[in-house]
Amino acid sequence: MQIPIEWYLILSSALFIIGAAGVLLRRNLFIILLSVELMMNAVNINLVGFSRFHETLIGQNFVLFTMAVAAAEAAVGLAIVTALYRNKRTLMIDLFNTMKG
Amino acid sequence: MGYIWLIPALPLAAFLITILFGKWFIKDSAHWLPILAMAGAFGLSVAALIQSWGAEEPYVLNLWQWFTSGDFQIPLALQLDQLSAVMCTTVTGVGLLIFIYSKGYMHGDPGYYRFFAYMSLFAFSMLMLVLAENYLLLYFGWEAVGLCSYYLIGFYYHKPSAAAAGKKAFLTNRVGDFGFGLGVMLIWTLVGTLSYSGVFDAVGAGEVSDSALVAIALLLFVGAMGKSAQFPLHVWLPDAMEGPTPVSALIHAATMVTAGVYMVARSSVIFASARPALIVVGIIGTFTAIYAASIGIAQNDIKRVLAYSTVSQLGYMFMALGVGAWVAAVFHLVTHAFFKALLFLGSGSVIHAMSGEQDMRRMGALRGKIKTTYWTFLMGALALSGIFPFAGFWSKDEILGMQFKGGGYIIWIVGLIAAFITAFYTFRAVFMTFWGNDRTDPEVGKHIHESPKSMIIPLGILAVLSVIAGLVIGLPPEGGLLHRFLEPVFQHANEILGVEHHGFGALDVVLMIVSVLVALSGIALAYLFYIRRPDELPQKAGKKAGWLYKGIANKWYMDEIYNVAIITPLVEGSRVIYKWFDVAVIDGLVNLAGRIWGGFGKMARPFQTGRVENYALIMFLAVVVIVAVVVL
Repeated sequence: MQIPIEWYLILSSALFIIGAAGVLLRRNLFIILLSVELMMNAVNINLVGFSRFHETLIGQNFVLFTMAVAAAEAAVGLAIVTALYRNKRTLMIDLFNTMKG
Repeated sequence: MGYIWLIPALPLAAFLITILFGKWFIKDSAHWLPILAMAGAFGLSVAALIQSWGAEEPYVLNLWQWFTSGDFQIPLALQLDQLSAVMCTTVTGVGLLIFIYSKGYMHGDPGYYRFFAYMSLFAFSMLMLVLAENYLLLYFGWEAVGLCSYYLIGFYYHKPSAAAAGKKAFLTNRVGDFGFGLGVMLIWTLVGTLSYSGVFDAVGAGEVSDSALVAIALLLFVGAMGKSAQFPLHVWLPDAMEGPTPVSALIHAATMVTAGVYMVARSSVIFASARPALIVVGIIGTFTAIYAASIGIAQNDIKRVLAYSTVSQLGYMFMALGVGAWVAAVFHLVTHAFFKALLFLGSGSVIHAMSGEQDMRRMGALRGKIKTTYWTFLMGALALSGIFPFAGFWSKDEILGMQFKGGGYIIWIVGLIAAFITAFYTFRAVFMTFWGNDRTDPEVGKHIHESPKSMIIPLGILAVLSVIAGLVIGLPPEGGLLHRFLEPVFQHANEILGVEHHGFGALDVVLMIVSVLVALSGIALAYLFYIRRPDELPQKAGKKAGWLYKGIANKWYMDEIYNVAIITPLVEGSRVIYKWFDVAVIDGLVNLAGRIWGGFGKMARPFQTGRVENYALIMFLAVVVIVAVVVL
């Protein structure tokens, strides 16, 4: 039996909102990074769902690319987080306010 | 004659190599390359001199197009005619001797390589100046020699007086060069070309109005006044003696300062067609001749005596140009180059012997100690005083004779008085330096020694030239070798002026006898003053002469007049403008502009909290809004 497209969309929307809320509300830079990953995967689920729905492989193909990019992005992001931690000995983003005008 | 480009190129190559590698690699052997380059240039100049004999038309060598801007096209072209050949040979010949001399004189100087590099650059610039085919290239050489002069006057740049003298020379020349530049622009505007042949043809064909020609000639002459130190732009030359003595000899006596004379002679067609300007040239020259000579009487620095004498002799040259005696001016230029270079190098040898002492009041009785220097210096002094048959006699006498025969009796008399003063101060210098009582500092006296061979040999050669040059190229007067040689160059100008050719006759002999007598009496007076009764007569005469002596001793207050009339108003005026206009208005406007944008910035500041989550929130909301607008 085919899972209806709505279930995919509900799941991915839920994940996306959780991720967005995490980005906006959490103070820990590490958690924010994880939340961004969550949002990205919500999009991936969306893509896969539509791929099934339209019965083509383009969406799944695209997801593979997204995952590769996400891996690279995670590496860079974590490196930045590490560097920031070494500088400030904390990851609370309230303290990273040198851009304040 | 396609090789003439090599004449300036050789010193240029020597300059480039010496300045690039001198400090680390060439160091104390920096003299070889410039001397060889000069010797090569001299050889080529002599070849060019011989080949240009009798040529009707100047030889033009087109190297390449310098630049093009619309119809303003300037080729980099060299021109060789008899006049430039004479100039090239003089510059490279005297230059070569002075380069050799410098090897001894500058020995051990920390700036040894720098000296030879700048001297080579100067030689290149001067040769470009005399070989140029158009006024713009002439202007290039003109400015470049000025630059080298500035470098070399300020050669001992750690000495404040030398640095100041360099600045003074540069700024004073700027005034003259500005006039020259305007003259060149005017030529371009009115004639539409800057090449000599084009300009002279247009002037000869009467395409330019008389008043415009007078304006052009006067503007060009302003340039000549600056470079050739004519009153009132002469003030820089005496101060230029701060440079090393070979520089004084080469640049500030023999070659660069004669550039103005060369330029006027080169533009003879323009000046001949602008009679009023020619009269101005003659008057300024005559006045400068006697004015500078009078100052020479009261100078105690041996080099400054020679400096004022240079100004005075340049005045003679312009005096000659003023009546269209082009060849006589060039003749005096050449002989002056020989004997004045000799005198300067001789004074350098004296200074060398005296461990740097330049004040003649602390010299005396040197003739037994530095014999060669004494004898060569004496030859130069006799030539400068115009004693028969030394080189200076023939050229100066020709100038004075042409004034007399042309009816300029006043100028002739003034010239004679100046000649009298010249003989007086020249021998005052000789007597104070080489004769009389020994007034040297005993400490200095112990070290007096004759200069090395590299300095003595150029002195000897120049001394021989100072004796025979006039006989060889100037005899008979107004018809000598140089006259016949230079005839094609000035033919056109002489036709315009209608100069009559006077034969050599009894009148010339009488005039010669008069001028020799005048010179001899000048020497006799100097003998009376400084040998016979040196202790009382000079002081007594100084007191008797009252204001006259005061004026002379203070250089006619020229520096003070400049200070009051030009420098102080300029400085004070600039200060007022700085305070009230620059600080208040200009700075105020700039600050206002800054403040306006600062205000805007202040308004925008609160948006930038520095908290990433705020930015992210705004971004989210914006995306939501955009999606809502696009989709719905």
